[in-house]
Amino acid sequence: MKKLLVFLPLVLFVLVASFFFYALQVRKERPVSELASALIDRPFPEFELLTLEGESINRDALVTGEVTLVNVWGSWCIACRAEHPFLKELAESGVRIVGINYKDPKDAAIRWLNQYGDIAEFHIVDRDGRLGINLGVYGAPETYVIDAQGFIRYKKVGIVDDKEWARMGPVYERLVAEEPEGDSDA
Amino acid sequence: MIPELGHLALICALVFSLAQTFTPMWGVRQQSAAMMHAAVPLTLMVFLLTFVSFVFLEISFLQNDFSLVYAANNSNSLLPWYYKFSAVWGAHEGSMLLWVLILVGWSLAVAVLSGNLPTEVRAIVLSVQGALAVGFFLFILLTSNPFDRMLPFPAAEGSDLNPLLQDFGLIVHPPLLYMGYVGLSVAFSFAVAALILGRLDAEWARWLRPWTNVAWAFLTGGIALGSWWAYYELGWGGWWFWDPVENASLMPWLLGTALVHSLAVSEKRNMFKRWTLIMALFAFSLSLLGTFLVRSGVLTSVHAFASDPERGVFILLFLSIVIGSSLLLYGLRVKDLKASPGFVPVSRETALLINNVMFVLMCSVVLLGTLYPLVIDMFGLGSVSVGPPYFNLFAALIFTPLLLIMAPGQLMRWKRDSLGRIKWASAFAGVVSLVAALLLVFLLSPEFSPLLAVGAFISLWIVLHGLSDLRNQTQNADSFFAGLKRLSLSYWGMQLGHLGVAVCLVGVSFSTALTESRDLRMAPGDSFDLENYHFVLQEYRLVRGPNYSADEGVIEVTKNGRFVSEILPQKRHYTARSQTLTEAGISGNLWRDLVITMGEPLTDGTWAVNIQVKPFIRWVWYGAMFMAFGGLLAVADKRYHLGAVARDGEVKS
Repeated sequence: MKKLLVFLPLVLFVLVASFFFYALQVRKERPVSELASALIDRPFPEFELLTLEGESINRDALVTGEVTLVNVWGSWCIACRAEHPFLKELAESGVRIVGINYKDPKDAAIRWLNQYGDIAEFHIVDRDGRLGINLGVYGAPETYVIDAQGFIRYKKVGIVDDKEWARMGPVYERLVAEEPEGDSDA
Repeated sequence: MIPELGHLALICALVFSLAQTFTPMWGVRQQSAAMMHAAVPLTLMVFLLTFVSFVFLEISFLQNDFSLVYAANNSNSLLPWYYKFSAVWGAHEGSMLLWVLILVGWSLAVAVLSGNLPTEVRAIVLSVQGALAVGFFLFILLTSNPFDRMLPFPAAEGSDLNPLLQDFGLIVHPPLLYMGYVGLSVAFSFAVAALILGRLDAEWARWLRPWTNVAWAFLTGGIALGSWWAYYELGWGGWWFWDPVENASLMPWLLGTALVHSLAVSEKRNMFKRWTLIMALFAFSLSLLGTFLVRSGVLTSVHAFASDPERGVFILLFLSIVIGSSLLLYGLRVKDLKASPGFVPVSRETALLINNVMFVLMCSVVLLGTLYPLVIDMFGLGSVSVGPPYFNLFAALIFTPLLLIMAPGQLMRWKRDSLGRIKWASAFAGVVSLVAALLLVFLLSPEFSPLLAVGAFISLWIVLHGLSDLRNQTQNADSFFAGLKRLSLSYWGMQLGHLGVAVCLVGVSFSTALTESRDLRMAPGDSFDLENYHFVLQEYRLVRGPNYSADEGVIEVTKNGRFVSEILPQKRHYTARSQTLTEAGISGNLWRDLVITMGEPLTDGTWAVNIQVKPFIRWVWYGAMFMAFGGLLAVADKRYHLGAVARDGEVKS
């Protein structure tokens, strides 16, 4: 037995290495960008930032008892432009959308909104990406579904279109159905 | 043309490194001195070719050759020349080329400076170094070639180096860090040579110690510089984030530190031999593992490299071969090494054994914390992140006893000692440190901070034991100063290194406990008082850099009416990438840093501004510098003078 002990480091290493091979295989099918956020089913992180209008804002303004889509975007992000028409449809059908303007110069963001139309209730300005780090943002666009109590229930990395809505929509509808009565009209 | 020449040189380097791997090893088998000696010119050849290749890549960057995909993605014609120069190692491909250049540089250093090594040992060491180089050359050429062209339609302009990397720290940080990572390969190769030749004695440890110390010193410096960069460039006042990339550099450092200490036992007492071997193998293995974690895309990190599973598979195969075969060799050959003589519980050996166990424990904690989220994710158990609370807790639990033991440990004698001999020194140090620490806490902080108290106590405990040891070492001499002169450089290296630990600890604990931070809205003319400092915001102005424009705040700081400093935080807009970067304004001295960062622009020309006063923060890095210099000082000791011996040999032959 003691003789075999000298092979212990090798055995340990083989175990670790096999795990890495397995992990690489999984990653090939499921790259990091499609991973669920570490924050799924956790409260939306606390923050104190400004809106694009320059008003100070915190988590309470976001969590109003209404199911909300939080959309991470930037004027520099081409894909955000691509998903904008679909989000607009959602907004017109009564979905509450809040934007996180991510790592973006303010004037560029405002110009972008003037050009393409502002569909959000307000935009949280995350210039340094600090909120983005707390949220685990990989890059824009990303969209989070927040329930009435402010818990993150769903996350999409990449654009939201009708194909994606086939997945995200049911989550949204279910959360709306669970929503406490009467708040949504307030 | 130039990139093609660089590419060609790299391919030739691969061919020669194959020769460097096989010729000397075959020579050892055949007992052919000529083939074993061939290792030296082959190593030189590989180095020259790699160097040429690297120089050609540099020339391509300096000449703005954006037909190179790598240059087009990571450089820009408006970059200042020194950032073009460092942009070469600003991303994956080029940094691998720098990595392999440093690897073959270390090999060359071994070849040139090891004239006193037995021919067989040198042949095997260089052969193993050659095999490692083969792996990295193949990796670069097959998966990460920086010389790939974008033809027939080259880019007109490069998309610029990531602004975060346009900084002096990033010119120096990767080379230093790689010197450390790759330097550990020498210890690895020596361990393999010891296993193959079945020879592991005090002399072996004496050959290896200087190499390990130098690599460790570079690694220490590289990590410290990276942390300093994170501090002033990321601008949040933090200096260590337990990010996977940081952990990847910390793990080899922890084992490298263990190795530096266990080699001391192996040299002085011809003991801990198997353990030293394992440490030498694992320290470099963790360097490779870190490379895999950072560059394969299995982990996510704030500053990971662009990832690619193909590369991941390659590195994993390579590291499996390297680590797997070395550990197999260990299993097969280690029993041939003679067992060590015994020692008693109260001795320096015991203290160093505890040191090693603690460092290995800490390394395991870091490894587990880094891999745990990956394991959970892979087995579909959801996703978690392991954050600073976990790491900080274990670091405190492990380092507190380690440092408490380190101080009296250095007073202990080899082989056998008695607690009675050192108990008065320790009692004195304990009482003085306790009183002084409590006094200090009441002077510095309004409320009692345990972190501050413990940090101050342990630091003083270390320093007082160090002084007490100095007195012991000199008491037989005619005078104190005569005694000091007689002490060896390796002894001074140890003292300086341990003093560095105390200094670093002061920085960590004091800055964490005493930092004051305020978020404000400031208009021109506004002022604010924090910790006796009076901050006046004079104006906001627009400044232009070579490839960016910036809003700059001008803040004058006074204390008791006397001018202290003018601090200029910036918010930079890099045009090529349309990226914004916060450049903290820092005014620092030995006792405190004043850190100001600009947040958001608010209405009518005011900005959100963060002001921090961070006492003793620089001590973190001063401490690390002391440690690194301590490691280098020990190498300068007479008994390691390899060069002198090598030159003598050449004259005779």
